[in-house]
Amino acid sequence: MKTKTLLLGAIATAAMAPAAFAERGSDGNVSIIYWQAPSILNPFLSGGTKDVESASMIIEPLARYNENGELVPWLVEEIPTTDNGGVSADLTSITWKITPGILWSDGTEFTSADVKFTADYCMDPEGGCAQLTKFDGVTSIDTPDDYTVTVNFEGPTPFPYGPFVGGESPILQAAQFADCMGAKAPECTEQNFYPIGTGPFTVTDFRPNDVIQMAANENYRDPAKPAFATVTFKGGGDATAAGRAVMETGEFDYAWNLQLAPDVIAQMEAGGKGTPVAGFGPLVERIMLNNTNPDPALGPDDRAVVRPHPFLGDPAVYKAMSMAIDRPLLVEIGYGKAGKVSCNWIPAPAAYNSTSLSCDTQDIVGANAMLDAAGIVDTDGDGIREKDGVPLKILYQTSTNAVRQDFQALIKQWWSEIGIETELRNINASVFFGGDPASPDTFQKFYADVEMYANTFNGTDPQSYLGNMLCDKAPSPASQWQGENISRFCMEEYDALYAQLTQTAGIEARSEIGKKLNDMAVMNGAMIPLVHRGRLSAHANSLGGVVLNVWDSELWNVADWYRME
Amino acid sequence: MTELSNPQPVAPPRNQWLDVWDQFKTHRGALWGGIIFVIIIAGVYLGPLIWRVDPQFLPQGRDFINLRDMRPIWVGLFDSSAKVSWAHPLGTDNLGRDTLARLMMGGRVSIAVGLTAMLLALFLGTLVGVVAGYVRKMDGPLMRLTDLFLALPLLPLILVASLLFREPLSASFGPEGGVFILIVVLIGITSWMPTARIVRGDVLALKEREFVLAAQSIGTSGSKLIMRHVLPNVLSPIMVSATLGIASAIITESALSFLGFGFPPDFPTWGRLLNDGVDRVVSFPERSILPGIMISLTVLSVNYLGDGLRDALDPRIRGR
Repeated sequence: MKTKTLLLGAIATAAMAPAAFAERGSDGNVSIIYWQAPSILNPFLSGGTKDVESASMIIEPLARYNENGELVPWLVEEIPTTDNGGVSADLTSITWKITPGILWSDGTEFTSADVKFTADYCMDPEGGCAQLTKFDGVTSIDTPDDYTVTVNFEGPTPFPYGPFVGGESPILQAAQFADCMGAKAPECTEQNFYPIGTGPFTVTDFRPNDVIQMAANENYRDPAKPAFATVTFKGGGDATAAGRAVMETGEFDYAWNLQLAPDVIAQMEAGGKGTPVAGFGPLVERIMLNNTNPDPALGPDDRAVVRPHPFLGDPAVYKAMSMAIDRPLLVEIGYGKAGKVSCNWIPAPAAYNSTSLSCDTQDIVGANAMLDAAGIVDTDGDGIREKDGVPLKILYQTSTNAVRQDFQALIKQWWSEIGIETELRNINASVFFGGDPASPDTFQKFYADVEMYANTFNGTDPQSYLGNMLCDKAPSPASQWQGENISRFCMEEYDALYAQLTQTAGIEARSEIGKKLNDMAVMNGAMIPLVHRGRLSAHANSLGGVVLNVWDSELWNVADWYRME
Repeated sequence: MTELSNPQPVAPPRNQWLDVWDQFKTHRGALWGGIIFVIIIAGVYLGPLIWRVDPQFLPQGRDFINLRDMRPIWVGLFDSSAKVSWAHPLGTDNLGRDTLARLMMGGRVSIAVGLTAMLLALFLGTLVGVVAGYVRKMDGPLMRLTDLFLALPLLPLILVASLLFREPLSASFGPEGGVFILIVVLIGITSWMPTARIVRGDVLALKEREFVLAAQSIGTSGSKLIMRHVLPNVLSPIMVSATLGIASAIITESALSFLGFGFPPDFPTWGRLLNDGVDRVVSFPERSILPGIMISLTVLSVNYLGDGLRDALDPRIRGR
């Protein structure tokens, strides 16, 4: 008996020993709530922020942006630049040096082959990769050895940090996804739901559109991290419930993207269990204008493709619609301190913020005069203007959210004063942003005249985001409804100027072109920007290490989170 | 042979509806339920004639700031700093729309949905029930159909249907009209089954009664028999399911609006008003409580009304 006790004691001591040096998993469970539920953990098959951010805890890119918008090396030794020779002098290639010794969560080694595979996976011509803009202009990937990756571009690429940088372009494991190339990608349920990654956590249970259970990655490169042993990642519900769960009842530790009226946030904060944190990135609440004809009579496929829209393409119409909106009032009602008036699609970083547009004051008289001058008048006396006999009746859809419904009601009223009739529609956020190709209610399908939502980009260079307005990025049945050009904006000059941007180096010249592209898209009826929004999230007072990052995934430093006493 | 004594009635027979009324009066709950239901209906339909405020009106400019977030008038009694005004006795919402006017408009929609859906369900349920009970051949197929419908989950079915039929309907009947038809039809065709089962059971029992046999023996046709003898006798269970049907239709509509699948977001119904108020339930409890009270009051009063009507319409209970 004695020997046995002794032996047991020795085993126990041996088991305890590593814990004394490292404190991985010492802080128990952390629960995160995203009110849009993740439906897949493969960001290459979904453009949804919820999917990108939940996956960012598991799979990681080579480099990330920190809270100041600066690039930080993640799985590599350093950020390649022209100065350190990582970017070739003619700007046509970039060479990443992978940190040796990084392991996948299954214990195998992370090598350059995985990086090359990820690029092949996304660029497969048969697949509908949601992050294809990240790989724009990439011709080939070379892997001279296991720790070196060279990305070759077809021409000089002044901002080569598109592929493998930021939460939207993480690295997949080649061994796991080898059979999931091209058209087979969406069928690989096991791989898409349980990706093997290098991140601080691994998936133990994934229920699409509901909850993800994760556990600390045993093979994570920093033996002391993550501090939490398990993660409960709950999706679904609404922003109000999420805010309450963190700030009032303390059931959850972190709530993402609380788009709630300022008075509601203040009320929740008084609950004393959590703190809201805000940061301003390039997030803009906007009304997208449909450049195609969404008439239901055209059938489910054609109505997303057939051009033009019967009246929204007329400059007088969309300019008058924009003039009729009282943006300062919208900011006050909807966002308070977490919002600013914006006339721009790209309001941040400051260098790219165009100043050529002004939209601070509402001008209903001017809007009416503009429509009258364009010959768009009410001919049949029903209070609604007609353009070429088509009445200006608009279906205005957005996701279900109290602030958005308030905006809808106000904007409907203002548009009615300039003779435009608006039908409102709201769709559950999980469906609207869900990206399900079978649902007619997703924002990609855009079966409405205008729709309102917010979008942003990761990182500080808007090139790939500006690329979202290129003609060939329009979602259509042919592209399995992938593509980020939601308004189906298409303009040759824009495409040409964008091509010029991809050839231009130097922040000043680039920001000049960036501003022009921004103005071009906004002035030619791609969208009506409304509010430059801060990202407002909330964390429990007992959760330490949270650094709100608006330039990358909000969960970028989840490995550093810990429980405070 | 003794002369057949055949005394003629001296007084005209008492109208049976008076008997019903006498019986109904003795049920206090039903009486109150009826009174409250009539008051609610009068309030939501005739109220707007007196309270002429547009429920959709949004104040503009400075007025917007002044008129939004008003509290009901009684809050001024215990909180002198509260923003109250007799111009908006029940306050305004966070966009400055008058709560009283919105409650009236919401009530019109909710009650209209409840009544129409109930009538549809009643018609379908009675038709299926009578045919199944009276025509033996149809009994099996119709009851299996009923089982089939009972097994359908209501809310998911409605969500799918609203996805499929919403656009064609709103194209032909306008956004509000289209959704109204959609919701009424969906609630109607998914809630006739209890009525059908009850009616079938009663018809089966009635069919074997002597007066039916008597009627058949003098050559009454099937349809006449149903109209004259069977239907009046199953009226009381139909009445009960009718009242229950109104209540459940109002609740289903509220649930749909609450989920965001009902009417357009700026079109008030009681369910949506309740839903919209949830975010600010701590600061402005009345925005959820008032429509909640209206839904509960309507449902309760209708249920009591139905209870009383059942007692009053059943000749076996009447007079006891």
